[in-house]
Amino acid sequence: MITIIKGRKISKGVAEGKALVTKNPISFLGDIDPKTGIVVGPNHELCGCSIVGKILVFPMGKGSTVGSYVLYQLKKNGLAPAAIVNKYSEAIVAVGAIISDIPLVDCLEEDPTISIETGDNVRVNGTEGYIEVESWRKQ
Amino acid sequence: MYLTCEEEATLSGEFGTAKQKAMEILVALGDIYGADKLIAVESSQIAGVSYKTIGEAGLEYLTQLNGRVVIPTTLNPMGMDKFKWEELGISADFHAKQMDIIESYERLGINSECTCTPYYKFAPLRGSHISWSESSAVSYANSVLGARTNREGGPSALASALIGKTPNYGYHLDKNRVPTLLIKANFELKDSDYGALGYVVGKIVEANVPSLFFVSIPKNDDLKALGAGMAATGAVALYHINKIVERPVDVIEVERGDLDIYSFEEPDIVAIGCPHCSQSELMKIAKLLEGKTVKKPLWICTSREVAHASPHTVEAIENSGAKVICDTCMVVSPAFEGRKMMVNSGKAFAYGPSLCKSRTSLCTTQGCIDAACSA
Repeated sequence: MITIIKGRKISKGVAEGKALVTKNPISFLGDIDPKTGIVVGPNHELCGCSIVGKILVFPMGKGSTVGSYVLYQLKKNGLAPAAIVNKYSEAIVAVGAIISDIPLVDCLEEDPTISIETGDNVRVNGTEGYIEVESWRKQ
Repeated sequence: MYLTCEEEATLSGEFGTAKQKAMEILVALGDIYGADKLIAVESSQIAGVSYKTIGEAGLEYLTQLNGRVVIPTTLNPMGMDKFKWEELGISADFHAKQMDIIESYERLGINSECTCTPYYKFAPLRGSHISWSESSAVSYANSVLGARTNREGGPSALASALIGKTPNYGYHLDKNRVPTLLIKANFELKDSDYGALGYVVGKIVEANVPSLFFVSIPKNDDLKALGAGMAATGAVALYHINKIVERPVDVIEVERGDLDIYSFEEPDIVAIGCPHCSQSELMKIAKLLEGKTVKKPLWICTSREVAHASPHTVEAIENSGAKVICDTCMVVSPAFEGRKMMVNSGKAFAYGPSLCKSRTSLCTTQGCIDAACSA
């Protein structure tokens, strides 16, 4: 069963993949290694996980605005998430997603870090501003 | 957010991809921050210039950008002095990458004057709207000059430079420029005390707009240091001095004892000029160095503009063995990494340990000169 959750479009494009969900904000500068696409922030709950090709779901970005450029570098290296879903986007991730052509939706009707579980199939429509979620539990 | 026909056309790509992406950035930020429309800005100042800070990620992005800025745009300090880079111990590899970054910016029509004090060359007028990103420059422009800017990121300031506009939110609006907090410093401050105060209160103020009451009368150099400190440990973009607050707000009383962050630890290197020194600060340093010889590296950071305007002062400083360096600073240059550093700046004290992995101690300007001149 697929659930549609409406939100706000921030960065256009459509992409789908398996969700990787965290309740920790992400600082792309520092938390993510742009050469591998792996979370390296030692205090981050996703430390050790790969974000490559995932639908990355997290509350918001934080840290340096260089984080926008890290997202760009990830995309250029073929290691970026397929799309991003935020609770509330802030400037670093919003700008990073736009310059890297990574679909991004935020301000959904429900908290995505609760409604989506790691492993769910998610399709993000950043052009229209909604997501489609298929729970892994029902597969 | 309302867009004019021309803005809509830019968003659709009618004026090329660079402007389209820039417009997408401005529109997204406008939506995030609840702006009603875009407004024209008179200048842009772009952070994210040093290869040490933006690295390969930033370089890759900048080298593929094509376009021309439509408003006067300057850059933040880069990772080295353009001419004295070898003296600073910068590697040829770093130099090459850094120059690639500068050339990418210059290709966009950006003036590659690299300083966090662009207002010494051209000060925005009171009430004018600008799009600046370096946090101490933002603070000075808003608070000392009365111009209006948000704390932009490097990429959003660049987007504003390509379009000539910014979303109308935050500090561009009167309602967000009123004080939301009162700070009373009940003792005389001088010299590095202002930056130290900024460092200490920044964490408490966070993103509020404080109104500070002083016993002593701060000069512009003092306010520059205060704003830089508050912007480094907090997110302060605007403050007022001696402005009465109409409505009830929290009051923070600061005593001399609260500035207990000074320490004297024998440094390997002494660095002054965060933010970049003004002409008057250079003259003060020259006077303190009169008749003295440095026994340790003493680097004085300033803008090329200010250095060119003060040739005799620069010569007087360098007669002591100290070096006046331009285009860079101790925070964004790898030249200062991993060394025990003494500074007179609250902002440099905040960033030294993290960005420079340096054991950093904060001292007065006289204390810094003394440390540099003692064996």
